[in-house]
Amino acid sequence: MSAVESQGVALGGLEQAELPVARTARRRRPTARSLTLRIVGTVFVLALLVFMVGPIVWLAVRAFSGLWQYPQFLPSDWTLQWWRTVFDDKTLGHSMRLSFEFAPIVTVASAAICLPAAYAFSRFNFPGRRVLLVSLFATNAFPKIGLYISMAGVFYSLNLMGTFLGVVIVQLIGTIVFMTWIPTAAFSAIPRSLEEAARDVGAGPLRVFFRVTFPLAAPGIFVAMILSFLAAFDEAQGTFLVGIPNYITMPTEMYTLVLNYPEQAAAVFSILLAIPSVVLMSLARKHVMGGKLAEGFQIR
Amino acid sequence: MNEATPAGLLIDRVSKDLGGRTIVSNMQLEVHAGELTCLLGPSGCGKTTTLRMIGGFLQPDAGAILIDGGDVSRLPPEKRPTAMVFQNYALWPHMTVFKNVSFGLRLRKLPKKEIRERVENVLELVGLTHHIHSYPARISGGEQQRVALARALVLEPKVLLLDEPLSNLDAKLRVRVREDIREIQQRIGITTVFVTHDQDEALSISDRIAVMSDGKVEQYADPRTLYREPATHFVASFVGAMNFYAGSLHGDTFELAGGARVPVDSLDAHGRGAYEIGVRPEDVSVSTNGGGGAEAVVVREIQRGHYKELVLKVGEDEMRAFVAPELAADGGLRVRFTRAVLYRDGLLQQSEQPVAVS
Repeated sequence: MSAVESQGVALGGLEQAELPVARTARRRRPTARSLTLRIVGTVFVLALLVFMVGPIVWLAVRAFSGLWQYPQFLPSDWTLQWWRTVFDDKTLGHSMRLSFEFAPIVTVASAAICLPAAYAFSRFNFPGRRVLLVSLFATNAFPKIGLYISMAGVFYSLNLMGTFLGVVIVQLIGTIVFMTWIPTAAFSAIPRSLEEAARDVGAGPLRVFFRVTFPLAAPGIFVAMILSFLAAFDEAQGTFLVGIPNYITMPTEMYTLVLNYPEQAAAVFSILLAIPSVVLMSLARKHVMGGKLAEGFQIR
Repeated sequence: MNEATPAGLLIDRVSKDLGGRTIVSNMQLEVHAGELTCLLGPSGCGKTTTLRMIGGFLQPDAGAILIDGGDVSRLPPEKRPTAMVFQNYALWPHMTVFKNVSFGLRLRKLPKKEIRERVENVLELVGLTHHIHSYPARISGGEQQRVALARALVLEPKVLLLDEPLSNLDAKLRVRVREDIREIQQRIGITTVFVTHDQDEALSISDRIAVMSDGKVEQYADPRTLYREPATHFVASFVGAMNFYAGSLHGDTFELAGGARVPVDSLDAHGRGAYEIGVRPEDVSVSTNGGGGAEAVVVREIQRGHYKELVLKVGEDEMRAFVAPELAADGGLRVRFTRAVLYRDGLLQQSEQPVAVS
């Protein structure tokens, strides 16, 4: 160790003894390059910010604006009137309540259906396993509206159109990929020996699942549930097709709003619609950033 | 079976196929109560499969596994009086050391006070009391290993199973932990099956070693017998280093196929004719000052610290010898075998006693 260290010292000494000209030249080149890189990077990030945050800022300003005429950069009048309009409107309040009813129900139903499937996909090797796993993506591969229209055909014959159950089913379809793939990856990441060790000390299969497997897969399942909640919450096309006229949720209400109300009311509503996403995503941020989401979409 | 000493564990004519391959075939093994037996063999020889069948993670296709005379072959792992230490330790990362070790006791609904006492006792046994509230990720590999051991021991199983428990530790630690394991095993006198592919490990801690190859037990013997009288060519070459030569025996001289004639001082078998001879490198006696023996030339010298390894050329054949490090091996050398074993068709030829294969 000491020999290596002294060698390092000797080398360092040599370097210092070198001509100062050579050293500055060597140092300047990377600096110039990194400066260009930094400028390009900054411009890129700024552009990204304008594209991503810009619409939200515009929406926020819009929601509080009274009179806002074209050449002006900011509205000349500020008002809370549109918020009052939205909160006073009975149908809008009703649609909010509906949205917050559907999303949790769909999430729980989806978990009840998909989590056992995810466990099976991860732990058992049955014929057609990969085909089934990949085919779950099929619902996302086609234009949704085509799928919903053919579903509507089936729903008519089953008398599910315009029913609560019909809306739940149509929203559930959009959550299946999240609820299966991410938990499958979460279960697969748990070494089997952890389950075997629990069997070994005397736990039956069910107890092993609830004491070892489930707690370890919980972060992945949590992410899946949040994404499913948001998918159900934001689902508009299918809900619109199946739910009208009885069940108008927030996103479907947007269609009416855009057509029938001034722009500002729609802005208020959009902000309200975005709140759950922002809150839930920031709650799940740690796990989503931790790679659980990415992990979920690796085909194994 | 011996009536006087009931077997701690009996593997009775057990076979197992996995994925269309026979992994264990008609295996017979008796592990005496309180002894440590190593299953030793190269990867794919069936040793881990055997261990997993004892633990209940695999069902034997044929045969039975008996613990203290009772058949456990059809019991699931949670109902067997066995406890396993897994190769990767398999500690539950969401539980502290205390929770890991006490999990099995809590399942058994023992009183809190008793659980606490038993966990503290077993952690003291493995020397980890200070880490009782640590999470597995916060302690070192050697410590995790001991937690896994404690978790197995706290249930006071009849049979302790260890699946290559040292393979994830560095070389120094491996030697220390294996001595710890042996010491603890002897102190509590627990019947133990230890799976390893490291012959050094097996020789240093076992009461008996079962050398396995292709799903069969090649030899089941104590370490000394195994080393001195390897029952088959496979065992001889797998356990320790061994020089092998085809040739023929003429009285007390062995004529190598290459033509050299080497005197042999001690042989377990007597006979004449074609044999294969096996000689441990430490049984090759090298003399620098003439005397009897075959002429040898040094090809290479390897310093091993407390001894020196010589690679010699004897006639046409290469030979490895362990000699004292101070031996000056430059002049003409003479070699003789102080001890050798004879094989015919890969089987040990012995005149005094029958080959001890169980």
